[in-house]
Amino acid sequence: MTAGAKILEAGTGDFAGGAAGPGRRNVPPRGNWTSNAWVNFAIRRTGGLLLSLFLLVVLTFMIVPLIPGDPARAIAGTDASPETLARLREQMGLDDPLPLRFLDYLTGLLQFDLGTSFRFNDAVAGIVATKLPYTAQLALMAIAVVLVVAIPAGMGVGVLTRGGRRRWLDLVFSNVAGFLASLPGYVTATLLIVAFAIMVPIFPAGGADSLAALVLPTLALGIGPACAVARVVRQETATVLEQDYMRTARGRRIPPLRLYLRHALPNLLTSTLTLTGLILASLLGGAIIIETVFNYPGLGNEIIQAIIYRDYPLIQGIILVIGLIATLLNILVDVILGIIDPRTVGAKSHG
Amino acid sequence: MAENTAQPRRFRWSAGLVLGLFLIGGMIVTAVVAPLFLADAAETLTPDTRQGPSAEHLMGTDDFGRDILARSLVATRLTLIMSVSATVIAVIGGLALGAGVWLAPRRVREVALRLIEAAVAYPSLILALIIAAILGPGSVTAVIAIGLAGIPGFARLTANMAASVSHRNFVGTARLLGVPTPLLAVRHLLPNMAEPILVMATSSFALSLLEISSLSFVGLGVQSPEYDFGRLLNEGLVSIYSQPLQVVVPSIMLVVSGLGAMLIGDGLASAADPRGGRRFLGKRLPARRPVSASPAPDALLEVDNLTVTAPNGKELVKAISFSIKSGEIVGLVGESGSGKSMTAMTVAGLLAEGVTATAHTLRLDGLDLLARNDPKVLASSIGLVFQDPGTTFNPALRMGPQLTEVQRVHLRRNRKQADQEMVMALAEMSIRDPELRMSQHPHQLSGGMLQRAVIASSTVAEPKLLIADEPTTALDVTVQAEVLRKFRKVNRERGTALLFISHDIGVVQELCDQVLVMHDGQILERLSGRDLQAGHATHPYTRSLLAATPSMIGPRAALAGARSQPTAGNGMTESDQ
Repeated sequence: MTAGAKILEAGTGDFAGGAAGPGRRNVPPRGNWTSNAWVNFAIRRTGGLLLSLFLLVVLTFMIVPLIPGDPARAIAGTDASPETLARLREQMGLDDPLPLRFLDYLTGLLQFDLGTSFRFNDAVAGIVATKLPYTAQLALMAIAVVLVVAIPAGMGVGVLTRGGRRRWLDLVFSNVAGFLASLPGYVTATLLIVAFAIMVPIFPAGGADSLAALVLPTLALGIGPACAVARVVRQETATVLEQDYMRTARGRRIPPLRLYLRHALPNLLTSTLTLTGLILASLLGGAIIIETVFNYPGLGNEIIQAIIYRDYPLIQGIILVIGLIATLLNILVDVILGIIDPRTVGAKSHG
Repeated sequence: MAENTAQPRRFRWSAGLVLGLFLIGGMIVTAVVAPLFLADAAETLTPDTRQGPSAEHLMGTDDFGRDILARSLVATRLTLIMSVSATVIAVIGGLALGAGVWLAPRRVREVALRLIEAAVAYPSLILALIIAAILGPGSVTAVIAIGLAGIPGFARLTANMAASVSHRNFVGTARLLGVPTPLLAVRHLLPNMAEPILVMATSSFALSLLEISSLSFVGLGVQSPEYDFGRLLNEGLVSIYSQPLQVVVPSIMLVVSGLGAMLIGDGLASAADPRGGRRFLGKRLPARRPVSASPAPDALLEVDNLTVTAPNGKELVKAISFSIKSGEIVGLVGESGSGKSMTAMTVAGLLAEGVTATAHTLRLDGLDLLARNDPKVLASSIGLVFQDPGTTFNPALRMGPQLTEVQRVHLRRNRKQADQEMVMALAEMSIRDPELRMSQHPHQLSGGMLQRAVIASSTVAEPKLLIADEPTTALDVTVQAEVLRKFRKVNRERGTALLFISHDIGVVQELCDQVLVMHDGQILERLSGRDLQAGHATHPYTRSLLAATPSMIGPRAALAGARSQPTAGNGMTESDQ
């Protein structure tokens, strides 16, 4: 929470100075070390955030000007009348010079005006606001599944196979997890529907009306990443268990449970969370596709339809929101990492 | 797809790699052959709609009476062509961008690298969707979208690899010889980057295949009447209830191709990484105890006929015997690999996995160290100081909880009590601001300070024996003297016996009452520290060790200072014989 306040505080600063962090080199004698590193961190991340946001805005803006040929014709279709085309051009300001259009786009965004959807003739901001909670719910449940399954499973196998014990478990685990991790979410989703909604109808095959309807989408979205993370956690566990500090802890003859949970786990979390941050981002991408399979009323389903119907304001709005979420998630992961392992706060960047 | 570059190391053909090559090879054959023979069955509309599996249609037919299996097999060609095209776009675009970034002036390069980092952190599907939105749905769109979305990853790999390769000596040499930079990139950098790029291209191919199929699947990629795996899945989803086989068969094709590419990627990666070898693990033998040699029943620590065996059967320590009386400092010297650390770790009960220790007697006071002991008793009887203070502490935890763990876990002190005791112990080891240090993380303390903190924490429970395994090796010479002084202090003030392992015979002869010289797992010579200092070493190996020690005034003087405690610095006369 304090970090968030600092980020806001630092937000007024120029982001060009974010990388260099001028005038902040004086090392305090003691005590302030932590807070100072956090201020630095906040400035750097705010700079990064502003830069990413700017790029995101430019990128979404450029979608319409980059359409090959006449954008108005691409949107309205080949059989549109000249009047319709003229109206569309007028409405989208297609005849204005590019810088002016960008300025309009930017001022709109600053007022949280994402434009009006062609297809629904409704404010894009409103559509996004109603769809976002569904996608967020799905992604959060999937990430919960990932963490709850991957960390204990990966660590358990890592401990059981430490130093080359139980080769069979090692073999079974890495092959099964590797196979499941290589399955794309939409194939998992399709097969899950065939198995658990058609052959053995336990769960509904679509919609978002009940908690039961969320089971299959969550599994489809979570299984692959969970296996990928579990493999990494296993690998990390093996590495951590061989570190000198684990020998020190063993030298204190503490009980095994304390040894693994208190001494090994925090060191696993650093790398696991870094990876989870990356997986979260790809999980958002996966959600877009999987929502289509389950006809789930989230942002993913909406953006696919928007692309097919060439509803550009809606496309731009959804991409902006998803990009913003991905950026914020990255920062959130970094903050959590910094709390767990303060050394990462001092680091210049990691990616 | 990718050409097979000559492997400099011996190539490891893992089972996964072979299976992966087999699967992808099968797909390529299918892609070439299937459209020649099955195009009719796959595309001709017949009245036999939605049939179940039969001899004529192994996997049944779809809504238009077309053979499902034939369609899935024929779709392999388009799927593979699209995936390969997208991979080629990603590899060539990424190589060009990465090389361009590497060749660019410093400031441009830094900005570009940050942009690439930012792009990699985003879900690549978003970039693909943006491109699909610009170009409109279609198969070419899908290829371009997935290809472009893959560029940042390759650009980052290329730029990073180029940066690391260009630091190597031969590039510097070439540069000095005046080889122009672009030529340098092609002639010297590319060949050294071929391996990781090949590995990444393989996994990128797998990813492209699945992502292009996902675009086709949601309707943004291949459009009817063309069909790839994704399109088939899309069409099958409509009739998933009436004809589940229509989604199952393309799903299996997708699984097989994804799996094949992943296996090849993993296999190539582990073949390229020699560290990925398998580890050898020996069986734990029950401790058998050979006959005694020279028992020392009144000593504090009695080691009688100790043999330590590695998992591969090699004897690391060969039937050695020694003892430590209470309050005594015994030094164990020898080169690395002489078995001295192995001996110390055996006494401490911290042998590595698979290593077996056998002895007639291994006893600390009344405690049989060969048997299973109460962890509480062990923890409070033996204190341990390891070589590198920088890695001894857990980097993720604060100093306080680590230092006081034995007291809290085994001696049932509450947190406050334990903290108070530790603050006093730290102060005794001349650590300033002990309260602050307790709240800091290990990386905030200096090496000498950390090592003194280790001594403080390992002696706070008043152990009978302190084992120090090369405790000064990782420290600066000036700090070494300080730390050695602390060992002396602990020994003098508390009467703690000390087993001190070092390869530095100079340090050992200053500190120790008894010195054991080890070589190849055996004790070659035993003599008192005084005799060693007086030059009474008889064994040629000991003499050669002594000769190998640079007898400069500096460190020895400081060590002598450590020995003649109160006034450090004027021990010069003592150190020269």
